[in-house]
Amino acid sequence: MIQALAFYMFAFVAVASAVMVISAKNPVHSVLFLILAFFNSAALFVLMGAEFLAMILVVVYVGAVAVLFMFVVMMLDINFVELRQGFLQYLPLGGMIGLVLLAELLVVIGGWALTPQAGKPGGAPIPAPATVTNTHALGELFYTHYIYLFQAAGMVLLVAMIGAIVLTHRRRAGVRRQRIADQIARSAKESVEVRNVPTGKGI
Amino acid sequence: MMAEVPNLVPALPELFLALSIMALLMFGVFQKGGLAEEDVKTSRLISYLGILVLVLAGLLETTLAGGRLVTFSNMFVSDPFAVFCKVLVLIGSSLAIVISQGFIERQHMARFEYPILIVFATLGMMLMISANDLISLYLGLEMQSLSLYVIAAFQRDDTRSTEAGLKYFVLGAVASGMLLYGSSLIYGFTGTTNFDKLTTVFHAGSGVNVGVIFGIVFILAGLAFKVSAVPFHMWTPDVYEGAPTPITAFFSVAPKIAALALFIRVMVGPFGGLLAEWQQIVVFVSVASMVLGAFAAINQTNIKRLMAYSSIGHVGYALIGLAVGNQAGVRGMLIYLAIYLFMNVGTFGCILCMRRGDRMVEGINDLAGLGKTHPMLALAVGIFMLSMAGIPPLAGFFGKLYIFLAAIEAKLYALAVIGVLSSVVAAFYYLRIVQLVYFSDPEEALDRPVSRDLGLVITATGLIIVLFFVYPAPILSGAAAAAAALFPG
Repeated sequence: MIQALAFYMFAFVAVASAVMVISAKNPVHSVLFLILAFFNSAALFVLMGAEFLAMILVVVYVGAVAVLFMFVVMMLDINFVELRQGFLQYLPLGGMIGLVLLAELLVVIGGWALTPQAGKPGGAPIPAPATVTNTHALGELFYTHYIYLFQAAGMVLLVAMIGAIVLTHRRRAGVRRQRIADQIARSAKESVEVRNVPTGKGI
Repeated sequence: MMAEVPNLVPALPELFLALSIMALLMFGVFQKGGLAEEDVKTSRLISYLGILVLVLAGLLETTLAGGRLVTFSNMFVSDPFAVFCKVLVLIGSSLAIVISQGFIERQHMARFEYPILIVFATLGMMLMISANDLISLYLGLEMQSLSLYVIAAFQRDDTRSTEAGLKYFVLGAVASGMLLYGSSLIYGFTGTTNFDKLTTVFHAGSGVNVGVIFGIVFILAGLAFKVSAVPFHMWTPDVYEGAPTPITAFFSVAPKIAALALFIRVMVGPFGGLLAEWQQIVVFVSVASMVLGAFAAINQTNIKRLMAYSSIGHVGYALIGLAVGNQAGVRGMLIYLAIYLFMNVGTFGCILCMRRGDRMVEGINDLAGLGKTHPMLALAVGIFMLSMAGIPPLAGFFGKLYIFLAAIEAKLYALAVIGVLSSVVAAFYYLRIVQLVYFSDPEEALDRPVSRDLGLVITATGLIIVLFFVYPAPILSGAAAAAAALFPG
């Protein structure tokens, strides 16, 4: 009973804040609603017993992604009102395309029938929830069954990083970097010069 | 509970390549830099090491030439087919680095990341070729594509190069999206992403679902984009023209071979039981590519654009082998790809020699009178063009011969006839270049000494093309063994 109530509450708030994300006028409000939506989805994960995913959602999405969005929204002066112009103008065409896609999807789902061989799950088998915690189960999936994909994804990210540096990094001339070794190696002899200044003349 | 360590032997070349990339990267970063000469020195050193790494990976690969090995929870497969295609890709990539070095030094883009990105793309291609699961397919493809986008835009102060990179990236991302959507449909309807399991599902002959067909069509569209087959070819001429020339040379061989190998692996492997469903699509794509490649190239004045249309046409011919869908077809396709590799690298080697006063020229008319000013280079251009047109006894003829024979044996007469007709049309523009080279008067001679690296590559590939008919055994038997591995029993 209480669980059902909690579910409806979180689900309602999640959907309502998702609607607000796209309808709020002020982009900063949109991002804040997005964070609210993430929190509610995390709560839904907890209700399902997936506590690890819930915490990761909060840490990664709220902690990193949403903050990043916030920075982008605040730093780039994007005029959302201007972006939305022409929305009504393109609505009929967009709506038509949407309807066609919907019809196609209905055709596909209408033909839904699993082949008999597909009964067994094809991926890694799911362990019984009573025997392992879900952190353990996820870890086993990532680092044992899918270790190859995990490492390959890491390499893909490395390419992305090299690419970003190759395409944007420039060595600028005349940059004065701090060289600690040089600073320490300095002696009084080469840094301070004692000059005898004749009175009334200057150097 | 201790987990078992996966068997690393089948993936040894890939592991070696991945670790070498990281070592080279560290080496390059900590090398002295800042001054132009130091950067050039580092880039040259890393290039040589990169070639060495690719050659060693190729040697490691040949030690796996035995049977079929799977590892990493059945997601990675190494069989004679994979070994054959990977060796081709490794040859293509290392030749690309060899012909690049002089160019990137002259164009002031000699940075050590260049060879590293090429090796990275090669690693992605090898993962693609060895994919035995839709997820590993996707990851390999992304690793390759991401490196290629960056390499296309490598000359970042040049608007054409950055435009090429951006176009390639945007369209490539759309294609990846389609591929993923198709994979998700396949997974949704069959409950598995593993190729072996998909094979058993589709071989059971239990009626085909419309959703599965949808998925296959989307996967086909994504792959057709990657091999630049019509109607997903729009990006090719622009990217080929805009990217720096040695990079265009790389694009036209290694990624194309890898993507076509992936095409074969996916279509013949898991979806092999559904040949009747996808055959007509591949036939259409093949015919459209051949025809467009032949007709659109006629009006080109830029040689890189011409090569782009020519490569679209070549993909069309290669896809005939897939449309046939049997062992002979795949064998013909692999022979075709092997010959195409040497032919194309050689041609681009010649294009890289087209310099006038330290400036690259790309017009077809700039080749006029080459026969009088550079007799040896002209001979090479003539050989490669005649081979591309498919004139016997050059290697290009045999590539087409095996493909068309397979099509005729499979009773796809229309396909074979269209193929022959379009190669007649294509012969027109290849022969026009030969005519320009030998029977026109030179306007202004190209720069004289051809660099040693380029001369070596052009000579070697030219000899392979000319002497293929004397000793074709290595390519023929390799391709036969590779094709046999895909059709057990």
